[in-house]
Amino acid sequence: MSVSAATTRAPATAAPTSPPEHRSVKTGSVAWMALPALLFFAFFGGVPLVGVLVLSFTQWDGIGAISWLGVGNWTSVLADPVMWKALGLTFGIMIFSWLVQTPLALLLGVFTAGTQKYRAFLAVLYFLPLLMSAAAISIAYKALLDPNFGLAASLGIPWLVQNWLGSPTLVLFVVIFVLSWMYVPFHSLIYQGGVRQIPTTMYEAASIDGAGTVRQFFSITLPQLKYTVITSSTLMVVGSMTAFDLIFVLTGGGPGDATRVLALDMYLRGFRANQMGPASVIAVLIVLIGLGLAQLLQRLGGKDKTSSQMEGM
Amino acid sequence: MAGVFGWVWLAVIIVPIYWVVITSLKPSNEYFTTNPLLPSTNPTFSAYQLVLENDFVRYFFNSVIVTLGTVVPAVLISFMAAFAIVRGSGRFLRFTNGFLLMGLAIPLQATIIPVYLMIIRLSLYDSLTALILPSIAFSIPLAVLVLSNFIRDVPNELFESMRLDGTSEWGTAWRLAFPLTRPAVATVSIYTGLQVWNGFLLPLVLTQSQDLRVLPLALWSFQGQYSVNVPAVLAAVVLSTLPILAFYIVGRRQLVSGLTAGFGK
Repeated sequence: MSVSAATTRAPATAAPTSPPEHRSVKTGSVAWMALPALLFFAFFGGVPLVGVLVLSFTQWDGIGAISWLGVGNWTSVLADPVMWKALGLTFGIMIFSWLVQTPLALLLGVFTAGTQKYRAFLAVLYFLPLLMSAAAISIAYKALLDPNFGLAASLGIPWLVQNWLGSPTLVLFVVIFVLSWMYVPFHSLIYQGGVRQIPTTMYEAASIDGAGTVRQFFSITLPQLKYTVITSSTLMVVGSMTAFDLIFVLTGGGPGDATRVLALDMYLRGFRANQMGPASVIAVLIVLIGLGLAQLLQRLGGKDKTSSQMEGM
Repeated sequence: MAGVFGWVWLAVIIVPIYWVVITSLKPSNEYFTTNPLLPSTNPTFSAYQLVLENDFVRYFFNSVIVTLGTVVPAVLISFMAAFAIVRGSGRFLRFTNGFLLMGLAIPLQATIIPVYLMIIRLSLYDSLTALILPSIAFSIPLAVLVLSNFIRDVPNELFESMRLDGTSEWGTAWRLAFPLTRPAVATVSIYTGLQVWNGFLLPLVLTQSQDLRVLPLALWSFQGQYSVNVPAVLAAVVLSTLPILAFYIVGRRQLVSGLTAGFGK
């Protein structure tokens, strides 16, 4: 993952990459400077990762003593239909979010990469959801979708008057829509950056050959954006798997279990039902699925690089 | 086609935001009776007044403390690590770099239970420090990645001349590399700040006192408390977004590049 050229102040060509042996100094003189960051992350990131695996084999109510249990949590969670439903929902929301968000973000990225003034202005407005917290967005949508007094209900358009958050089927559309509303701007930003790095000479050559806009999109833009698609998809997939705040505030997992995704299942088991053992099992599953999907996507892209899950935080 | 779609998407983004703003300015009785898409004929700030009287300022400052308390140390120690990784060599630094890169793939949610246990054992439960420490840790991997990419672009001759002048590596880091990579430092600070400012899970799990609520959590509980007064709930939404919007207006260019930096290619 490299830094976009737009943010590099030095001209791209003026960055000489001398061989490492010239650059590096004796380890002892600088290595200690990496220590605070390493210790901090090891303590609050590395230790908890091992810790959650250990806790998945214990019994703990969140307050009292922790006792060893063995594989009991694993067998009960793996036999629990609630977990399997949560897993299915998580994958469902993930796949549909990807199907909705990727084309939208790609189109918007291509659109905003143009240089007209009004596009810059639109890009400013598109950016607004990125500034809002998931809590704020969810609360706004809860009011907006209220079946009695919300915007949808008061407009008098029959198909808009639905109990959006109260129906187990409709609520899934709402979650996917609001997730897209929140995250498409971010991904279109990634695509915008990708599009801007495609050499304009490629388009000029294509124009001379008589290729139209649509042809240019499919023959130049899309292939050139291959790695951008992989990066964005990885963030999207893993992000939608860990999108906790939005679903928690918007639906609380309901109605019933209709939106109880894995991350929510973990929270409800651990911090509401005081069963930290089974909750830890779910947490381990989230890590495994997340890592597996990230790996899979990188392989599909034929390029090995570590991705981030910052989006889901 | 992308053009038409661009304008349609504008409506999708703007209509809900417009509705939130005009509704927050309606008297609470008018909310149920007037056309939802038209602004009130006698707009009022009473919803805002109600929110501000309900400790909004305290929650705002809690958010400021947690955000600054995270961003400043996180960026400084990440910068030091990035500098060491770029300038140094050896197994220890290679391991550190690899470990932090792997850390990019660890989701915060999945580690929240052990983090909760550790915070209790450290006697930090229900304090702002409890939010700051894990936030610092989880912002380190991306910060180190972005900063080291930038430090690598500093021409080697500059490092060489500092060394010939007898400057220590510590001095080189702060007097040469830090000023030269200021755009990246700003970028990382803004990105980290935005994540922490909008963070919800850590405050939800690691604090319980009303006094210690940060804005997203305050918003959530306010919504439960005033569910019948929709304009007030939406005023709280607007108020919680305003500080970051003001910040955006001032530092737009930096913020946009900040968001693309870690992910663009």
